[in-house]
Amino acid sequence: MKTLERFGIKPLDGAESREGKRWNVMEKLFLGLTLDQYLNQVVRNKFNWILTAIMAVGIPFIIYRFIFGLGSVTHSSYEYPWGLFLGFGLFCMVPLSASGFMLGTTVEIFGRHDFEPIERLALLNGLLGYFFAVVYLLVDLGQPWRLAYPMVYAWGPAAVLFLVGWHVATYLSVQVAEVSVSFFEWIGWPNAKKFIRKGTIGLTVSGIILSTLHQGALGALFTYAPGKVHPLWYSSEFQWIHYFTSSIPGGLCMVIAVSTIVIMTMAWRCDDRFKDNLDDLTIKLAKGASMGLITYLVIKLIAVAHDNEWVYLATGWGVWWMLEILGGVVLPLVLFAYGIRHKMVTMVRIGAFVTIAGILLNRLNTALIAFNWKLYQEIPHIAEIIISITIFAIYIATYRFILNRLPILYQWKAQTQEAEVSVAVTASPEREQEIPARA
Amino acid sequence: MSKVSRRKFLAGSLAGGAAVMLSPAKNAMAAGSFAGFPEGMGVLVDMTRCVGCRSCEAACNKEQKLPAPDQPFDDYSVFDQTFHHGTQKRRPTEKAYTVVNRYEPEGSDKPVYRKIQCNHCNEPACLTSCFVNAYTKTNEGAVVYDGSVCVGCRNCMIACPFHIPGYSYSKVIDPVVKKCIFCYDTRVKYGKPPACVEICPAQVLTFGKRKDLLKIARARIKKNPGKYQAEIYGEKTVGGTGWLYLSGEPFEQLGFDTTLQKEPIINNVKGFLGTVPMVLAIWPALFTGFHLLATKNKGHDDHHDSDAEEGEE
Repeated sequence: MKTLERFGIKPLDGAESREGKRWNVMEKLFLGLTLDQYLNQVVRNKFNWILTAIMAVGIPFIIYRFIFGLGSVTHSSYEYPWGLFLGFGLFCMVPLSASGFMLGTTVEIFGRHDFEPIERLALLNGLLGYFFAVVYLLVDLGQPWRLAYPMVYAWGPAAVLFLVGWHVATYLSVQVAEVSVSFFEWIGWPNAKKFIRKGTIGLTVSGIILSTLHQGALGALFTYAPGKVHPLWYSSEFQWIHYFTSSIPGGLCMVIAVSTIVIMTMAWRCDDRFKDNLDDLTIKLAKGASMGLITYLVIKLIAVAHDNEWVYLATGWGVWWMLEILGGVVLPLVLFAYGIRHKMVTMVRIGAFVTIAGILLNRLNTALIAFNWKLYQEIPHIAEIIISITIFAIYIATYRFILNRLPILYQWKAQTQEAEVSVAVTASPEREQEIPARA
Repeated sequence: MSKVSRRKFLAGSLAGGAAVMLSPAKNAMAAGSFAGFPEGMGVLVDMTRCVGCRSCEAACNKEQKLPAPDQPFDDYSVFDQTFHHGTQKRRPTEKAYTVVNRYEPEGSDKPVYRKIQCNHCNEPACLTSCFVNAYTKTNEGAVVYDGSVCVGCRNCMIACPFHIPGYSYSKVIDPVVKKCIFCYDTRVKYGKPPACVEICPAQVLTFGKRKDLLKIARARIKKNPGKYQAEIYGEKTVGGTGWLYLSGEPFEQLGFDTTLQKEPIINNVKGFLGTVPMVLAIWPALFTGFHLLATKNKGHDDHHDSDAEEGEE
């Protein structure tokens, strides 16, 4: 895209071209480029080659899994019935997708419109994270075609997984509605957009409810396994609130991380509103993440005290636990504190990546590493690892495909003339915004 | 949404209230905990008697029409098998619902054999964790399983504290959980003992009502306190199990998990389940309230996003 810009070619960012002609859907899909230009820039991009290579290897494995069964790509473990597909795909993707409801709440409920430039990115991050968590789930389920059974056919309402299923399904619909606003702008259906916008508060509040419950429910799933999860990672009283609380910095840091990657690799797609506000917003998001992290640290320690598990800290597992807490919670807290104090955006960004690593380690510890600590350590099957990486590659490809097109990182210009006179106002939290002023 | 007039609403409430008042409520409802069906059956396993002949394994295989084993049932070299770098002994699988393992506890001159199968808990963790209600605890005490609704999430395998359920991973079209069903369909439903109990030549296994088995077990311990451990494994473990074990050697040396809690596993989850309706009921008003508090006099929504472009200003 940079190469094209040198020739003065700009990607499509509104309903009409500079000559005032309305784009059709096909032209919109090709970013307003000609077919040749589009294909050339796809091929020129090295990252596309990496993704293609991963998928070329991995997709046959996924097909293989559906032809020959789960046993052909996993160790068919009876002791570790949940492997990487759920341990990574479900338990790690979901907390990192808490961004949708966090930013939705900030902007819509608390009226902090200064966060608007990044709200749509957070909503999309939430939607895609959940969607791909479900994709991982479909690969893992023995009989994925029965996924809707708990909704319509056989109800087990006393089970935590029943809640997880219902909440993920309804929350996915809520997120689709939230993100659809961008889609309706892009495709040019203003009435549909207005219809959704009317229900924003309702959608956002349901988002908070469903997120609270099923972020927590994922933790509560492990309260079924008191003899299996190591006591330091287990807490029958607090497991759900540990998971919920840690998902807050998880989601916020994911927004920082994704926006960092976006600004470094696809700055052409970001408009000035996004670029000018990003550093400021990164600091603000980090403030929120810090509060989440410090709360998480305290309640983790309370759980150890509540069940009187201090003695475990002196074992090998205790050292591993302290490593997770020091590296994944305390270290980012220090980085955030320093970075926020001195307005060092880079340090805050590093802190966000460290936080994400800490959340991933926590979920993997609970689901796989410290699970069955009395038995033996399961090392996932190589095909399981390949499939997990492949699905992640598809996730990244989908993410980029949408970011390239929908008005997530830039504002849609409904009419050319109007767009030209619009003035971007720099965000400030103190006063009410008048975003793109109208002539 | 259908409109309910105030008059209708009041009339309805009064009628409902009257119905509640008039319904007979002489007997107080039982408390929320469940200690098993009173007539529930079980099996007492007296490990001091087991000689490791594996005939129970063979009987189970035949009764449940399971595939032929990798090694014949009179091959005793299976007792030397270990898995996962020598840390694990044999365990029930999709092809074998029960297995016998040999242990050599310290200070004992002869080996001890332990039969493993589903313990048929009073309040089974597998049942409570299942989101399609595939499991049923029958009045006879068996924990049975309806494969036709199984989605294959394997949460029951996570929940089972005894690592019992197996899964037919090799199947593509219809993989389901596989575990001992107490020969419910063919025997226990008709009052007959399960196949393994019937065939046991050494009187290791006693089939009967769980409450009677506890009495028998206590009587044996009382009569021969030097021979038995004082504890009956399964009497209290995770809320009590249908299968009960007597041992001459400490249970922890025979592969039993003696650190499991006394309460049913579901008790650990109830705290979270209780918060669910509260969150559902409280959050809407709480967060809509926050919204009203935070956006007072700010004309929320009007200047939102690019809506401003379309709005009539």
